[in-house]
Amino acid sequence: MRRGNWRMAETVPFRARGFVARERGWAAAVTLLAVLAVWQIGAELRWFSVAFLSTPAAIARALWHLAISGELGRDLGASLGRLLGGWLGGTLAGLVAGLAIGLFSTLRSPGMAVVSALFPIPKIALVPLFIIWFGIGEGSKLVTVGFGVFFPMAISTIAAVDAVPRNLIRMGQSFGLSQAAVVWRIVLPGALPALLAAMRITAATAIILLVAAEMIGAENGIGAFVLRAGNLYDIDALMAGIAVLSLIGLVAARLIGLAERALLKWR
Amino acid sequence: MTLGLRATGVSHRYGAVTALEGVTLDIPAGETTVIVGPSGCGKSTLLGILGGLLRPSAGEVTVEGNAPEACLNRLTYVFQDFALLPWRTVAGNVALVLEPHGLSRAAREARIAEVLAMTGLSEFADAWPRQLSGGMRQRVGIARALAVRPAVLLMDEPLSALDAQTRELLLDEVSALIARAGATVVWVTHNLAEAVRLGERIVVMSRRPGRVRAVLRRGEAAASEAGLWAMIRDEAADAARELADG
Repeated sequence: MRRGNWRMAETVPFRARGFVARERGWAAAVTLLAVLAVWQIGAELRWFSVAFLSTPAAIARALWHLAISGELGRDLGASLGRLLGGWLGGTLAGLVAGLAIGLFSTLRSPGMAVVSALFPIPKIALVPLFIIWFGIGEGSKLVTVGFGVFFPMAISTIAAVDAVPRNLIRMGQSFGLSQAAVVWRIVLPGALPALLAAMRITAATAIILLVAAEMIGAENGIGAFVLRAGNLYDIDALMAGIAVLSLIGLVAARLIGLAERALLKWR
Repeated sequence: MTLGLRATGVSHRYGAVTALEGVTLDIPAGETTVIVGPSGCGKSTLLGILGGLLRPSAGEVTVEGNAPEACLNRLTYVFQDFALLPWRTVAGNVALVLEPHGLSRAAREARIAEVLAMTGLSEFADAWPRQLSGGMRQRVGIARALAVRPAVLLMDEPLSALDAQTRELLLDEVSALIARAGATVVWVTHNLAEAVRLGERIVVMSRRPGRVRAVLRRGEAAASEAGLWAMIRDEAADAARELADG
């Protein structure tokens, strides 16, 4: 028997499916392996020319040769040093500047004016200038990465501080917490989720700027290696370099993910 | 011995809107004063000014008397929205307000255990706020307030975010707890039954801009639910008349 669209004694259907974020680690691994498999099979079946796009197997072989020759270690070591130094420096400076602008009204308007004026400049365009100022050595690369990371970090920190619920700050003040205690115990932990999200973005930005800086003026590093391989038309080595950059990005994202899991377990 | 408060000629404006106008009010030490009034009459604004969280546009608030020696925070709030730190456990939220006062770790932990036991939260010391019901979260807010041995408790509609059943159950518990704390209490509410049950004195505010319309003592005929309703209805009728007159 039916009344309208309903039958009598029908089980109420569950309708609240989806829109819940769940991570399935195995799905990520399977997807990556599937992409590599399709890529390899495509090359075997000559869907594309291996003269222009290497196969995963050829890239793996190139990586192995580069690793045992020590070339990969030298370039990777140089890049990781610049990446860590530039990213840490830029992130810390952006964090401090963002906190200062976010917390102190007197700094807000002047700080926002400077940040807003400098943020849109493509940082790659500044690499030649940094080379003139800081030399062809490590200084210009560190500054390029640090400068590029600084602005998104500062802007994200200002927004994160603004987003900390004011009722929590007033609660702290009502219980006599000092300004420093309010910042340390309420503002910083409240802003932490947004700060970690910003670090994911700045890690990717740092890799892009590092490669650009190494391509413009460096003798070693993954960026310089990729450029060298391109000039020699060595597609396998070129793509091995790109694979290393992708791996650096994956490792950085994984480390930040682990930090989120450890620091934000209350969510 | 504890503290009383005196508001003298207190006004407050939010931009073009006058929320409070010329409020003069005594909050006697050791008594429970309930402030009631129609929605938007400035009750919470007045409480914010009494507790030093809002600066009045005019007038002043003075504290009178001596706080007990054990008191760590003279004017202590219980918030309508609980204001718990989601990244701290129940015990951590209580610990937060003890941290500035230089208590030893053992003394701090003993006091946390004491107030959690008083509020029935001992089993939930390690729970995150998101794992608690609304009633439990407000218990944490009350435990946090009691932990500092307050001289004045400023309760900003502490039960209004809760369902009727939880509110009823918690009301008796909270009144017993605040009686035990021996503090001066200022309790803001829009619930007249709550006002009659709790208030030794009931301050009735007029509609916006909020002024003190009446101060009633427990036992007076007007200090009943019916009496308070009559006053609130009068206020609403006045507002409707003004609106009709343009």
